[in-house]
Amino acid sequence: MLIALLADIHANREALTACLADAENAKVDRYVFLGDLVGYGADPDWVIDRVAAMVEAGAVVVRGNHDAAVANPSEGMVAEAQVAINWTRSRLDDRQKMFLANLPLTVEEADRLFVHASACAPHTWIYIFGAREAEQSLMATNRRLTFCGHTHSPALFHATAMTPAQRHLPAEGKPTPLLAQRRWLAVLGSVGQPRDKNPAACYGLLDDVRNRLTYIRVPYDADLAARKIRAAGLPEILAARLTLGI
Amino acid sequence: MAKAQLTVGMTIDGFQLEERLHRGGMADIWRVRRNDVDFPIIMKVPLLDFEGDISLLVGFEVEQMIMAEVRGPHVPRWVANGDFAVQPYIVMEYIGGPTLLKRYFDRVAPVSEVITIGIAVAAALADLHDQHVLHLDLKPANILFRPTGEAVLIDFGLSRHEQLPDLLEEQFHRPTGTPDYMAPEQLFRVRSEKRSDIYAFGAILYQLTTGHLPFGRPARMRKVRRRVWRDPVPPRNLRPETPPALQEIILRCLEPVPDARYSSATDLLFDLRHPDLVELTERGLRTQQSDWRTVIGRRLRVPIMIRNILASATKPPPRPPIILTVVDLRPDLEELRQALLETAASVLANTPGARLACVNVMPTALIGIDENVDAAGENIHVQRLAELRSWAQPLQLPRGKVSYHLLESRNVAAAILDFSRSNHVHHIVIGAPMLGSYAGKVVAQVSAEAPCGVTVVRSTGDSGHAGKPD
Repeated sequence: MLIALLADIHANREALTACLADAENAKVDRYVFLGDLVGYGADPDWVIDRVAAMVEAGAVVVRGNHDAAVANPSEGMVAEAQVAINWTRSRLDDRQKMFLANLPLTVEEADRLFVHASACAPHTWIYIFGAREAEQSLMATNRRLTFCGHTHSPALFHATAMTPAQRHLPAEGKPTPLLAQRRWLAVLGSVGQPRDKNPAACYGLLDDVRNRLTYIRVPYDADLAARKIRAAGLPEILAARLTLGI
Repeated sequence: MAKAQLTVGMTIDGFQLEERLHRGGMADIWRVRRNDVDFPIIMKVPLLDFEGDISLLVGFEVEQMIMAEVRGPHVPRWVANGDFAVQPYIVMEYIGGPTLLKRYFDRVAPVSEVITIGIAVAAALADLHDQHVLHLDLKPANILFRPTGEAVLIDFGLSRHEQLPDLLEEQFHRPTGTPDYMAPEQLFRVRSEKRSDIYAFGAILYQLTTGHLPFGRPARMRKVRRRVWRDPVPPRNLRPETPPALQEIILRCLEPVPDARYSSATDLLFDLRHPDLVELTERGLRTQQSDWRTVIGRRLRVPIMIRNILASATKPPPRPPIILTVVDLRPDLEELRQALLETAASVLANTPGARLACVNVMPTALIGIDENVDAAGENIHVQRLAELRSWAQPLQLPRGKVSYHLLESRNVAAAILDFSRSNHVHHIVIGAPMLGSYAGKVVAQVSAEAPCGVTVVRSTGDSGHAGKPD
């Protein structure tokens, strides 16, 4: 089975559309959304409706901090994220808000755990940048594979029972074998707001038969997404960073 | 992880164990058979007790991962990996021995053989590096040969795939690799430097040429570090008939700072294939190690040296591209050759670090077969090489940045394509004298099948100039 892993869409309709088209092309069987459907971008309602429809059809989705902040204004955030969340809230109807409010923090299936941030206290939204945070997250679950997002930068950590977690920067398009005798934590890059100096949308393809994970980059119309952010009157930085991938 | 004792006749995942070929310190090699595999295969089974030594576990994991990735004639064809939880193994193509180690155990190789072996091993290394794999434990015991002559590299337990996680990166506090052939940067645990393999290659060629290891067989790590500041005894000292070009190649591979070595196995391969074009420096001619003053100076600068080695080993090396120009020397094509020269100049100007290979193809028929052929053939060669040089002269390229080659073949296009492939040419510049001619067909075939970019040059206002009656 081929599973598409999509994290941090952030209301970017153009990026999500491009990734879904790419995934469909790759003949994906199943979709997993790793949180932060909204925030920053100009199309929160469209993105929620699209994801909700896919969940109806069997897709998996977990809650991100931005999704949580829609219902809970006390979630701590940087200023421009706060501005974007307040704007987002005004754009959503009750049904859409309800959809976000009911998202689970984690989903487990087979040897996999899906979570937005760290598996260690998922509601505290710990960023997994380094081996230490990865180690902490791996300790908090007994699943062999963890898939998360939140940092907007692709990374792949692996550890054995006897060796600590090591960080690997996944090469674009290169299938990486998730060796069975190791535990793996995959931080998917962001679909809707990549920050690793590559503006192309990032998502993952997991082949659970061949046990391989591939990080895919999909160029999309970031200019259009940025123009919409400007037109919505959202902070300029949120538009500018899309075309630069920062 | 105690496993059942393996015995002849046992079947593991459909592979029937036929005979134990080898019992090594770390793994057994079994000849095996499975009906759906129609070439001879072996099964490598680690001897573990993994709990005893974690490095064995990780090394075998690395080998399984890398073997499943690499392809082509220079590695054993991979068939299957065994699950660690059940019975770890790797099944791969059987490559007959002996290894390079066994072939030249306590004897030196004739110089021509050193070059032939060097070419085969460098080609294998270039192929491996092209597949993003660094061997990092290259030594004579890990080199086999196919009956057709290609070198086959084995034992990928310390290797690294540039695009896959490095399982050994933070594994060990000791450096990994075989000290005899290990590059200085490997002493400092750098595992991302392709030129470490080039260093090991140099050590192997040194050993084949002289019968000695360049730095002996150091028993302790402190002694291993000598290679940072001490230069090896020049091969010409140990074996005076060593050609300077060969010594130049060997000692360049053995430079402690990676930037001073060949920047790629492809470049190294080029020099081995064309020793007459190797640019000789003092390095190729010397017969003594550096004097004690120099050595003391170097010892005092060891910290700086180490810094240089590490700085050089951790930034990506430049890869000088080869630009191939096909020069048609027929007398009535002066204008086309001028246009070719101008295009070659602009391609060179736009390709930093590039070197130019000027090629002329002689149809073999030209050489004839009668008595005077040898002398006449020789004359034609000299004449044509001189013409190639004079064609390239206006470019004012320094020695080492330009080379001249005469290819002999009835099939002109095939000769050009072969040369491009075997020398990993980056770009071809070729002149098209006129459409529809034989030369036009050559150009068409080269453009269609070249392994790289091709620029086709026409002289201005040409169309038929070449066909003008004299």
